[in-house]
Amino acid sequence: MQPSVAQVVRFAAAVCVVCAVAVSSAAVGLKDRQEANKLLDRQSKVLGVAGLIEPGQKLSSDEAQSMFDEYIVSIPVELQTGEVAEGVDVQSYDQRVATQDPALSRTAPANTAKVPRLPNVALVYQVMVDGEVDKLIFPIEGMGLWSTLYGYIALEADLEQVAGITFYEHGETAGLGGEVDNPRWQALWPGRQVFDEDGAPAIEVIKGTAGPVETDPYRIDGLAGATLTSRGVTNLIHLWLGPDGFGPYLDSYRAEVSAP
Amino acid sequence: MKILSKQERAALLDPLFNDNPIALQVLGICSALAVTTKMQTAFVMSLAVLGVLVGSNVAVSMIRKGLPASIRIIVELTIIASLVIITDQILKAVVYDISKQLTVFIGLIITNCIIMGRAEAYAIQNPVKLSFLDAVGNSAGYAMILMYVAFFRELFGSGTLFGYQVLNPTTDGGWYIKNGFMVLSPAAFLLIGVFIWVLRTRYPEQIEEEINAGALFESRGHRHLR
Repeated sequence: MQPSVAQVVRFAAAVCVVCAVAVSSAAVGLKDRQEANKLLDRQSKVLGVAGLIEPGQKLSSDEAQSMFDEYIVSIPVELQTGEVAEGVDVQSYDQRVATQDPALSRTAPANTAKVPRLPNVALVYQVMVDGEVDKLIFPIEGMGLWSTLYGYIALEADLEQVAGITFYEHGETAGLGGEVDNPRWQALWPGRQVFDEDGAPAIEVIKGTAGPVETDPYRIDGLAGATLTSRGVTNLIHLWLGPDGFGPYLDSYRAEVSAP
Repeated sequence: MKILSKQERAALLDPLFNDNPIALQVLGICSALAVTTKMQTAFVMSLAVLGVLVGSNVAVSMIRKGLPASIRIIVELTIIASLVIITDQILKAVVYDISKQLTVFIGLIITNCIIMGRAEAYAIQNPVKLSFLDAVGNSAGYAMILMYVAFFRELFGSGTLFGYQVLNPTTDGGWYIKNGFMVLSPAAFLLIGVFIWVLRTRYPEQIEEEINAGALFESRGHRHLR
């Protein structure tokens, strides 16, 4: 016997209600834990690139939060002016969400990192040791070979040298471009020079092996078999530390530090 | 007293070797290529597929008598999609790091042909208990291939197993030169091919007699009606 149209509609409605209730209760019920995981992940990465925890060290949410409160000052920066943004809640500010929101972001000027949009506001993390700025941490993102790489780069307080780099999300080929996660490769970064005399980003991931820091301060070993990912890393650093990224902030920071 | 009848045992165990979803039915190999560079991700993926497949098979089997034939497929899809979203949410809450590595592939379980295939071919015409066993069996068959592929890809591609270093690679100052081919998708094709080859040498009846799409389709149809 064929079911009537009404029966079919009733059946479909019942299925929809049951599924909708199940999906929304899962989403709502698990939201807090997901948010906590996300926050912990971000804080751990920032603490890691700041050199405050060992690579791969696992922290509980509380530990991460207390270390974060103790050492890290989050500063919301207007990218275009370099000034501190007003009225931004640094705890909940999500740069990636803002980048999707037309009211909080703008179309990026043409750039080699292939970033389509730039947020109006980005967070800079200052690592404080004994009341002094010890390091500055900048969020970075840009295209590698297949995927957008998201990460952080830490600079020493004098903005001369890299203090560390890390990526917390990417979809590069494991073992090739995915080696951006390799601690041995990341260990090549600290001590390298970032900016040339004019304050423009000059650091570069090359194809092959770079010399020692003393003689070859601007170059980093390329990732074997991942030329495009390596080039992507160069491009995204040049974007974010250049005039379209944190350039204006870096200028005002330099002026502030050099002022008597 | 036997715990499982012969039919129940067949539902559970056939999908391992006799009727493996990947090796014989050649379903769901898209994800078998994508998530098998590491054993850990392959393992979590297998668990996710197990959860979704058991859920969908049991749910479809439960409602099979009242399910109007005209909206059969869309109802199955709704159930599967809901289960996949829930699974994704749970993974994000419990194993955040791994869920980040699995990225879109959890979401893509929706399109994994094994789930839809088992709902259509089995759960829709069999009682709940049998459908449950069929789901467990098929997930195990899927998991087995994923783990087998991931074992070789991770061992030779990264020199590790479940993240623990086994072969000391040159990138960490050791002696083992990582096999870059193993981390690329074609390696998974090759490994699955070897598995199918071994399986069909052992069970010659799995070899399709005619390389003819129509006949192949028909023979599949008959096999599921058995």
